[in-house]
Amino acid sequence: MSEALLDVRDLRAGYRRSVVLQGVDLAVREGEVVALLGRNGVGKTTLVHSIMGLVRPSSGSIRFDGQELSGRTPDQIARRGLALVPQGRRIFSRLSVEENLKLAHRSRNGGHDLDSVYELLPRLHERRRHRGRQLSGGEQQMLAIGRALLANARLVLFDEPSEGLAPKAVDQIASVIAGLREQKLSALLVEQNLHVALKLADAVNVMTKGEIVYRATVDEFRSDPKAARAFLGVGQV
Amino acid sequence: MTFAAVGAALPGLLNEHLVSILNGLAVGMLLFTMAVGLSLIFGLMDVLNLAHGAIFLLGGYVAFQVIVGEGQSWLAGLAVAVGFGAVAGLALGGILRPIRHRGHLDQALLTLGLAFVLSDLATIFWGSDFQTIPSPVFLQRSVEVLGQFYPAYRLAVMGVGFALAVVVYLVVERTQVGAVLRAAVEDRAMVSALGINVGRVMLAVLALGTALASFGGVIGAPILSLSPGVDAEVLILALIVIVIGGLGSIPGALVGAIVIGQVQSLGTALVPQVAPFALFGAMVIVLAVRPEGIFGSR
Repeated sequence: MSEALLDVRDLRAGYRRSVVLQGVDLAVREGEVVALLGRNGVGKTTLVHSIMGLVRPSSGSIRFDGQELSGRTPDQIARRGLALVPQGRRIFSRLSVEENLKLAHRSRNGGHDLDSVYELLPRLHERRRHRGRQLSGGEQQMLAIGRALLANARLVLFDEPSEGLAPKAVDQIASVIAGLREQKLSALLVEQNLHVALKLADAVNVMTKGEIVYRATVDEFRSDPKAARAFLGVGQV
Repeated sequence: MTFAAVGAALPGLLNEHLVSILNGLAVGMLLFTMAVGLSLIFGLMDVLNLAHGAIFLLGGYVAFQVIVGEGQSWLAGLAVAVGFGAVAGLALGGILRPIRHRGHLDQALLTLGLAFVLSDLATIFWGSDFQTIPSPVFLQRSVEVLGQFYPAYRLAVMGVGFALAVVVYLVVERTQVGAVLRAAVEDRAMVSALGINVGRVMLAVLALGTALASFGGVIGAPILSLSPGVDAEVLILALIVIVIGGLGSIPGALVGAIVIGQVQSLGTALVPQVAPFALFGAMVIVLAVRPEGIFGSR
């Protein structure tokens, strides 16, 4: 097995007095989409934020393409090739759609530019002069994804991209991500919507109370309904 | 009073108090150079820089030293003072860095302490007498405005202040650098997750803000005269300006500065007995009607 693109080992992190991550191991290989499942409050967002440098880990290592990320600032980490589609989307509400996108743009040969993102997400082109706060939830999520694409990152961290969206918008976002997967996107996908996660991912990691307690390929997971029930409290997959 | 009566009274008011109105505009533009930096720094860094007035005064003294003390040109004095202001901002950024995660009170105390130290240093170097920089020779004349003569220098201050407002507004609202700034005001962490070094952006804004304060001190020196106490006076006025205009808003800082300039100048001319109160009265009225300030958001 080749070395993973993202390799998290024994990661511990927390806020002030409370420890949230208690030794997380997780790997994402090049061209692979790994889903991270788990209930609210088990530390999924903290893990994503630790990888991106928004939370400083207390110990453990985060290696990306062989280089240590732990202890670096978010801007340094972004420049090394990670991008974040954050929970709650965090669109800049006073900036226009186009300003939001331009802010994220890091050009790379053969990478995405404004035109290619508009082509992929035509709705953003229609709304390019609108302010972030004027967009619907689904449009904001597309903008958040567009920003990550323009960063021309090697790995994208999606933090609950379907959260709070209407069913139709969830389908749209899922098909956008599915399209990116076809183009060999590497991603870590935090998702509460099991259906979406299983459709998009190659492998599944389940987190409870700050640890990864189960990992399997999507096929293994599907054929093991007990796993889903035990870890997520859901009956149907 | 009918509208017609007001209309008839206006030209009279204008004639009688033209000088007061113009003086108010000149003072307002000086306040703007202070307020815009204070407002930008607060919007971006959440730091209320109470040393801003001291930097205004020191900027004036530095230019005084270069122009009057060393006999250099006005432009040289202005350039040295603006450079001094920018360096002061960078130094302030370094001093604030260790307490950047603390609350407003700690930061306010630090900048206030700094203001006292800088103010005392100014008194040690330049004494407590009034010092003034003569206006540039080519502006040492009067110009006829609506039938009255008015110092050209003060008109120039108004023009420069207004041009500054337009330039700052365009940079913030229309350029990529401005977009970074607006985004960072909203969500600093997300901007850094996009690969932008927000710390550097904040330092740049601090340096720009304090350079503008220093610039204000220089162009204000021929009008206000420099002496201990001017720093606190302009700081308080600038704080009122941004509270009235709305924190973080550039048009707000401009309108607030013009309003306070007029309250200070025209207010004193029209109703001298309530003028000291009028300043705070204006603030109370605006805050009662629009707590977020005239141009503030939310």
